[in-house]
Amino acid sequence: MANLVLPDAVLVKNYISGDESALASLIERHQSKIYGFIYSKVNDRDLSDDIFQDTFIKVIKTLKTKSYNEEGKFLPWVMRIAHNLVVDHFRKAKKMPFQRETEEYSIFNYMTDNAPTIESQMITEQVEVDLTRLLDELPDDQKEVLVMRMYQDLSFKEIAELTGVSINTALGRMRYALLNLRKIIEKNQIILTN
Amino acid sequence: MAKLYSKKKLAPQMILPKKETISFLLNYSKALSTYKVGNVSIEIIAN
Repeated sequence: MANLVLPDAVLVKNYISGDESALASLIERHQSKIYGFIYSKVNDRDLSDDIFQDTFIKVIKTLKTKSYNEEGKFLPWVMRIAHNLVVDHFRKAKKMPFQRETEEYSIFNYMTDNAPTIESQMITEQVEVDLTRLLDELPDDQKEVLVMRMYQDLSFKEIAELTGVSINTALGRMRYALLNLRKIIEKNQIILTN
Repeated sequence: MAKLYSKKKLAPQMILPKKETISFLLNYSKALSTYKVGNVSIEIIAN
């Protein structure tokens, strides 16, 4: 329990020193972001589990061989490993990495709606569908930043490190993404109400 | 401030890895030992 309040860097140090519970704490703390990131790319639960597992096997091996040297940046480091494994997967499979909606998976299956009525559910779903379509109109770099920020809840620092750009560039892309979304909404007179 | 239409509840926040995956990783970590002999790193998995 005490591990939950320790910074990542301390947990990493403890783990390297032999405290196995520190690894459990690190996984518990970051599993949602890392798994969510992987799942957002591959849209497959089993594959996401495989890549999540491979990611942490690399993490464990690196930490156990004491070759980890990015103290204080544990999450971005793990996310970069996960990102590279996702890229490797798509290289092997020769598939496009951004295939969000499939027959088997829809993001709406995983949404919770506090409004109990069918009508409000239908309205909400329609708004989300419209919004998803609007997102598809954005340039890929802007869409990527917006999705990472709004859907995956990553910080701009994390987004910058994952996309290989500066924080200012990531912020700029977010700004232009929102401006472009508003332009599209105004141009097409789309009404998004909830 | 403009209304924000994209809500956090859209995010698949509750999607978590299987318990078996976490369990495997923790057991793997406990079982793995690494030793360095010169420049060579040796990994040993305990049964």
